[in-house]
Amino acid sequence: MEWDWNFVWQIMPTLLEGVKITILATLLGSVLAAAIGLAIALARRSPNRVLSRSVGFAAEFIRGTPLLVQLYFIFYVLPDFGILLPPMVAGTIGLGLHYGTYAAEVYRAGIDNVPSGQWEAAKACNLNARQTWTHVIIPQAIPPMIPALANYFIAMFKETPLLSAITVLELMNQAKSVANTYYRYVEPMTLVGAFFLVISLFSVILLRWLERRYGRVEY
Amino acid sequence: MIDWSGYLGLILHGALVTIELTLMGSALAIVMAFLGGLGRLSRFFAVRALATAYIEFFRGTSIFVQLFWAYFVLPVAGVTLTPLQTGVLALGLNVGAYAAEVVRGAIQSIGKEQHEACIALNLGRWQGMRHVILPQAFLVMLPTFGNNAIELLKATSVVSLISLADLTFEAQVVRAQTGNTLVPFTTILIIYFIFALAISWAMRRLERRMARGLDGVRV
Repeated sequence: MEWDWNFVWQIMPTLLEGVKITILATLLGSVLAAAIGLAIALARRSPNRVLSRSVGFAAEFIRGTPLLVQLYFIFYVLPDFGILLPPMVAGTIGLGLHYGTYAAEVYRAGIDNVPSGQWEAAKACNLNARQTWTHVIIPQAIPPMIPALANYFIAMFKETPLLSAITVLELMNQAKSVANTYYRYVEPMTLVGAFFLVISLFSVILLRWLERRYGRVEY
Repeated sequence: MIDWSGYLGLILHGALVTIELTLMGSALAIVMAFLGGLGRLSRFFAVRALATAYIEFFRGTSIFVQLFWAYFVLPVAGVTLTPLQTGVLALGLNVGAYAAEVVRGAIQSIGKEQHEACIALNLGRWQGMRHVILPQAFLVMLPTFGNNAIELLKATSVVSLISLADLTFEAQVVRAQTGNTLVPFTTILIIYFIFALAISWAMRRLERRMARGLDGVRV
């Protein structure tokens, strides 16, 4: 069976619809992961032992189990408890939660890298805990960790095809549906691979730029 | 009330398939990691280019896309593989590409004086690599290999989508037959987590075993 360019152009609009959903899911998931990661990192530093231990264990558990099973859990099990989520929302929560636990480690390292002199200076200036975090620690901790976070968001992008398993119509699912309609698999599957490779390569270039722009730690 | 005893057999069978996939995938991954990692450090441009292309291609497209491509496109090209072979091939090549970068990084992290010592002792390139550089570099690789193995374990859940009867697939079967979602999915989440803990425990043991006799050599 040979490559058919006419078929490629015929299915291209459908696949581009899928690309849009894939990118949307990645962006929403990234925002959620960044927020959840920060929350986990802060909770793990909490002086309350019960809170920090239980959040730590939950994060460890989420990181040790497959994203696909977590997506099934959110999509199929939660309705039993009366929480019925649309596929896209369930997918975004799954991505955000899974990568949030990875982002939490990045935040932890970033916060640990802020020199202790900054904490002491904040205390000397009589800032309270909230002011210390928002005005001193977080503004210094975030820029150096941007490249590492971006790295995980690229990894998340590559995991979005899993959303097709919970019926989100993203790139992979669109490709499967056109493949099943015309019973031709070579072009759709190869195009999906090509789309992912091209977008990944572009994001790697962006990542290199972020590394140059923010990667250096200056005090 | 559902009689769970019959379904336990299904889940156990799935667990065996998952273990089998993880072990065989890891075996292929470690071979590819050393081929790719050493290839990138080769003296010959062609070997370097080949290794770089392999690594960038498999890291740039997701495991999911690679698996589907191997499952749907290879048979059209005349290569027929069983789902298990397809799964091992995709997992091993994908994780191998990530691990190849670990191998390269670890070898490059070994100090220049070690290479100079090899030359002073009149060791050939291969002898120096085999007896001096790799034994030290291997210790640096081990912790990251452990993380890669856990990533591979988590990626095995994706093979359920090409109708290979692993843990995730069997949980779906149980769900379809009993209509209960909470029990099967919670069970497999816990099983995956235990596997992940087992991998990190085994890696720590191995690390301690390999570090024996190297005291004072590495700081």
